[in-house]
Amino acid sequence: MKDFANLKRNLKKDASALKPIKVALLGDTATQFLAKAIQGAGYEYGYNLQLWEADFNQVERQVADPSSELHEYDAEVVIIFQSSHKLLGKYNKFKANHTAFAADELNGIKALYDTLASVNPKVKLIYYNYTEIDDNVFGNYANKVTSSFLFQLRKLNVLLMEYAAEVSNFHICDISSVQNLVGKAAFFQPSVYINSEMVLSLEVLAPIAYKTLGIISALQGKFNKCVILDLDNTTWGGIIGDDGIENIQIGALGIGKAFSEFQYWVKKLKNRGIIVAVCSKNTESIAIEPFEKHPDMVLKMEDIAVFVANWENKVDNIRKIQGILNIGFDSMVFLDDNPFERNMVRENIPQLTVPELPEDPAEYLEYLYTLNIFETVSFTEDDATRTKQYQVEAQRATLFEKFTNEDDFLQNLAMVSVVEPFTKFNTPRVAQLSQRSNQFNLRTVRYTEADLETLAASPDHFTFSFTLEDKFGNNGLICVLILQQESEDLLFIDTWLMSCRVLKRGMENFTLNTVANFAQQKGYKYLKGGYIATPKNGMVADHYSKLGFEPDGDNWLLNLTQYQNKKSFIDKK
Amino acid sequence: MERQQILDQVTDIFRDVLDNDDITLTDATTARDVEDWDSLNHIQLVVGIEKHFKIRFTAKEIHSWQNVGELVDSVAAKL
Repeated sequence: MKDFANLKRNLKKDASALKPIKVALLGDTATQFLAKAIQGAGYEYGYNLQLWEADFNQVERQVADPSSELHEYDAEVVIIFQSSHKLLGKYNKFKANHTAFAADELNGIKALYDTLASVNPKVKLIYYNYTEIDDNVFGNYANKVTSSFLFQLRKLNVLLMEYAAEVSNFHICDISSVQNLVGKAAFFQPSVYINSEMVLSLEVLAPIAYKTLGIISALQGKFNKCVILDLDNTTWGGIIGDDGIENIQIGALGIGKAFSEFQYWVKKLKNRGIIVAVCSKNTESIAIEPFEKHPDMVLKMEDIAVFVANWENKVDNIRKIQGILNIGFDSMVFLDDNPFERNMVRENIPQLTVPELPEDPAEYLEYLYTLNIFETVSFTEDDATRTKQYQVEAQRATLFEKFTNEDDFLQNLAMVSVVEPFTKFNTPRVAQLSQRSNQFNLRTVRYTEADLETLAASPDHFTFSFTLEDKFGNNGLICVLILQQESEDLLFIDTWLMSCRVLKRGMENFTLNTVANFAQQKGYKYLKGGYIATPKNGMVADHYSKLGFEPDGDNWLLNLTQYQNKKSFIDKK
Repeated sequence: MERQQILDQVTDIFRDVLDNDDITLTDATTARDVEDWDSLNHIQLVVGIEKHFKIRFTAKEIHSWQNVGELVDSVAAKL
């Protein structure tokens, strides 16, 4: 992590080639340094953050006034930072019963979001939560007094979390956890505050800016999806090949507690949808043994999506894992205790996140907590079963090798698909795919749940979601199309995206057959498709020409009157 | 530490924070004499000096200096 001075230097660098994002920052204290830190961190994340900063203490006015500079600026992301210091001031002047203070504040915050969303329904609000100030008017007893400031402040943070759980475009940047990490003395410098109205010390500007960018970046679809584990001295203590299964340190043996707790953490990541892979220099059968037989192992074989243990170099093995999972290197994290391996991997695959694990395994977790490498902006039930899906994918790969003819293979899979418009049940998953899909994504327009609800209700749009199931298992919802009526004759394919785990199953043909037949029945004559190139979606650059669309300026056109269904081995369920 | 040494080190901090190697400070230098030395950068300078000398200024001190000489006096008094 760069410090504030270096983040500030980023502002002098040329960011014009980076992806622009319009961000607005409003605060009730002086935010000039914070603005610079966020902009500088944006550069670190690969964005050209175009930041508009409201004048000091103008939060309500800028939001409430429809002709304000804020609304004119029309930011994608609005950040609001209302400080605990000002909160304390409001509490001191609060006229009603102080037990109602937090609820009253929350209403004010809700009103801010509602007003922003009424002007721009797509806006994402990042709200900074409240760092703790204990005015110690009651001492410990404050915890028993519902009207105390400490009670109301903590309550407000919980109310904010409950509100954020309900409202998909309302995100919380947890600066309270930053204060917990660095301590209040480092977070807040009274002499600076008195002289400048700044409540953040220079030291915490960078951690807060990085935390903010974590959310912004995840909103852009950029986040880590996979963790690759080394085994010896990373997942357990000792060397399995030398020490043997009885002597590796996990559970009660030696410093085994450090590794057990590390494994619980990885297991929680897996349960929330992070793919866990193993990459170890070991004989495979020996490396697998603890996962199957050691009673203290938290991680089991069923938790591991791809298991690679051999004596080849780790760079090649990681490339192999990436090939099977079919996700970008920039969404993978590699954890290894050996600095030599880390450096070798880092040099060869620079996109990979390779944390510099501390030497002492006791410190692994505390260090990893500080990195916030698994930021996300969604969580669905589908996430929990992702590992299973990738394991099934490995089985499919084995079956594929048995068939010489691809059609026979596809036929043998017995694939079925459920095709549905967006519903309240599938919308969370559709939104997640919209944010996650980078490679098979023709225009990479990101939609949130709220956006999708609007589209589903719109008379000018037709929405499609596809699942895919075969004899090995269910991939769940993996493909999304949004058609927009451009004229009586023509439907424009606003969105066509697909999860890469179902590539090469003929899903493209099935999808096109489905929407083409739909459009024909509705009396449309043309489908129009567009491709917007990004650094990641090169694989679909020729998508429309491959499917028989004709070039039409920058777009592609399919004449439906002559359309004949394409070969497909998928049945509609 | 000699007064001159403090002044030299403070000068280095100014150059680093304001990203300008041409800065030369004397006791008589004021904010008006140095490009970019505004109230905001002043905070960054103060915190940089605090960190370097491992000292803390009071809110009043930060507010009171009329020139670099007075700033250096404050540092010297704390070492």
